[in-house]
Amino acid sequence: MNRGVAITGMGIISALGNGVEANFNALIASQDGITFPEILKTKYTHFPVGEVKTSNLDLETELQLSDEHSCTRAALLGIIAAKEAIKSSGVTAKELLTTGFISGSSVGGIDATEKYYLEYDKSTAHHQFIPAQHPGFTTNKIAEHLNIKGFTTTISTACSSGANAIMLGARLIKAGELDRVIVGGTDCLTKFTLNGFNSLKILSEEKCKAFDDSRNGLNLGEGAAYLVLEAEHLAKNKQILGRVLGYGNANDAYHQTASSETGVGAYKAMRDALEIAGIAAEKINYINAHGTATRNNDLSESNALKQIFSSEVPDFSSTKAYTGHSLAAAGALEAVFSILSLQNNLIFPNLNFSKPMQESGLLPITELKNKSVNYVLSNSFGFGGNCTSLIFSKNE
Amino acid sequence: MSRTIYITGIGAISAQTEESVFSEKSVVYTSNIFQAISPNFKEYIPAMALRRMSKAIKMGLTAVKMALQDANVELPDAIITGTGEGCKQDTEKFLGSMLSQEEDLLTPTSFIQSTHNTVGGQIALNLGCSGYNVTYSQERASLESALIDSVLLLNEKPSLNSVLVGGVDEVSNKITSFGYLNGFLKQEEIENLSLFSHKSEGTITSEGAFFFNLTTENKKDSYAQLKAVSSFNAESPIEVSEKITEFLSRNSLRPKDLDIVFLGKNGDLDQDKVYDELQYTIFPKTCQLAYKHLSGEFNTVTGFAIWLSCLIFRRQQIPDILKLNAVPSSNPKNILLYNLASNTSHSVILLQKP
Amino acid sequence: MSDLRTELKQSIIVQLNLEELTIEDIDNNDSLFGDGLGLDSIDALELIVLLEKDYGIKLTDPNQGKEIFISINKMAEYIESHRTK
Repeated sequence: MNRGVAITGMGIISALGNGVEANFNALIASQDGITFPEILKTKYTHFPVGEVKTSNLDLETELQLSDEHSCTRAALLGIIAAKEAIKSSGVTAKELLTTGFISGSSVGGIDATEKYYLEYDKSTAHHQFIPAQHPGFTTNKIAEHLNIKGFTTTISTACSSGANAIMLGARLIKAGELDRVIVGGTDCLTKFTLNGFNSLKILSEEKCKAFDDSRNGLNLGEGAAYLVLEAEHLAKNKQILGRVLGYGNANDAYHQTASSETGVGAYKAMRDALEIAGIAAEKINYINAHGTATRNNDLSESNALKQIFSSEVPDFSSTKAYTGHSLAAAGALEAVFSILSLQNNLIFPNLNFSKPMQESGLLPITELKNKSVNYVLSNSFGFGGNCTSLIFSKNE
Repeated sequence: MSRTIYITGIGAISAQTEESVFSEKSVVYTSNIFQAISPNFKEYIPAMALRRMSKAIKMGLTAVKMALQDANVELPDAIITGTGEGCKQDTEKFLGSMLSQEEDLLTPTSFIQSTHNTVGGQIALNLGCSGYNVTYSQERASLESALIDSVLLLNEKPSLNSVLVGGVDEVSNKITSFGYLNGFLKQEEIENLSLFSHKSEGTITSEGAFFFNLTTENKKDSYAQLKAVSSFNAESPIEVSEKITEFLSRNSLRPKDLDIVFLGKNGDLDQDKVYDELQYTIFPKTCQLAYKHLSGEFNTVTGFAIWLSCLIFRRQQIPDILKLNAVPSSNPKNILLYNLASNTSHSVILLQKP
Repeated sequence: MSDLRTELKQSIIVQLNLEELTIEDIDNNDSLFGDGLGLDSIDALELIVLLEKDYGIKLTDPNQGKEIFISINKMAEYIESHRTK
């Protein structure tokens, strides 16, 4: 029978704080990390965001980087989260030489590009950042810093990147191609993405209200999270935090940015994840929904949920109101939250919710809930129709 | 156990054509940045959809349609895309407006199309394909990552009829020209065909799209077997030779069993040292070919070499313009593609005549 | 009066990359979305910016576009009564 792939370590940095413990404490205290931009320099200071309140300089100091380094913010956040994951799993420096690294990123180091773009042909001062906007660059910087030497790649499927990285890592372990792999994602707040989402008119000027009838858009966020996945023969002597039991990937094939009203892609991704996990839909105890709080996503996701869980939709919530939507990192952040849910038998609330959507009537969990959690479904959907669902389980 | 995977359809768009390479009439370029030769995109993409598309999307979608037509497949089961630098033209457009208009009055089209999964998403949208869809963006190992995933996928689900895998990268005005600033491009403008005789730092660049239809079913008219793909770290040329030898032995081959080795030499003084060493150490008696003087260097350019390898199998002809040495190969069966992704990252692809 | 309509057609062709079309191809009463010109929701967002940029009209709710971007005539009427530049 399918035992899934063992998770032996995890690390995270988000607007909720640096480290698994800080994130957990904020989650159970219903304390969101949504503020106005201070570190991100933009004229749109009225859009709430999930910002990590540590400057690049402080992150660089914490990591003791040399002056000539070329780490952009996403790389800095990524290094911090990956380091915690490595430490919590007890992976040694020698083991890292054969460990794989699969990271999701949507805009990589475009924060450096937008800062220096007009300077590049006038001065050589920041030329080390010229290739930084390409996602692979960020991944390589993290791998370089941590001296990870195994198979390394980057997935860039917008908001589902982190979830796809976890999926690929689990598949490579199952196939015996890798014994150990660090998987997750990183993205930072940038003017580029803030302006982009603003041009699409889907940013809310309030704290986001996922699945609420009056929801009016998303809050952007930033962060990074990584899991360590290991083959059975390596994991058996370690503490196993949980397992990647199922995964599904599909494309909505409906529109460049919007999701189909029926949520075809979302439905297929969830269906495939259940099939790989080998469990019936009613076994799911908690759904960490994609729930961005845009009019379009939440309607589409609700319809897909109602379709797959025909009799009764399990307890669900979106944690985007805590962290903001951290794009490529979202799936990875929410994987950590899913594991915390399994470990502590807790369901984290969907903040800022007051009235169910007229079309669906679905009610998310709005207060911290204690109950036995054995299987968690986590959804990540993105631009370009990319939909991914993951199923995490306890180690049993 | 690994299954046999066949390439049954190809769509390739680059700075050369089949005719230009195999009839020894290579297209000559005199700038270090040159563009791909565009097919008539209107034959492949409806005008209303075409109007917003940057070159990468047009090339990618057209190459996909060519590959599907070639393989006689209507709807693939999966779409796996590699792109090192994504949709730079749209990124540049949005970034430029954002900076010059100081974050004011921005329109969404170029933002939407700036994401790296734009091409993969557009392919799915255009074909109405709701199957597996992933985009890899790992610099010069982007296409290789996509190929590794497709081999994995076909081994997990051998019943899949068609996995469409490919790579695409485009040239953009400003971002591509930054290559002159950071040593990626040669400072002096050269003629592409003389790439290997210019002993200087930097290379030349272009763009292209290469898509392949893969299946586990042995069709009579398949181009090649995709035997194995690997991307690995190695610090020195000696370690590279060791890893290549290991890779070959996992596939029951020794270096001398190879009929052709396709090297990713790009004319950069430093990087070519690795290739030079391999040419003399493990492949001295193998027919050695190079291609980047025809295609330019870009992140997914190994697609060009896969395409040429498939044509070499089919046509039983090796154009002189590709040859680095005089070792003949009359009936090539095993072709190894080796490419340097960065100073320490390397990739190999093994193709076999079906 | 008709100058505004011609001007609008010209900007729409340029802004939305409708390279295949000329001003003569668009009738003042043609519907812009659906069966007419075949524009889509992304075009609607482009048109909202066009209103603001060229005529100083700021739409707060993207849904308002639906009533304005019906045809060239409807757009022109709206602009005439709301323009600030």
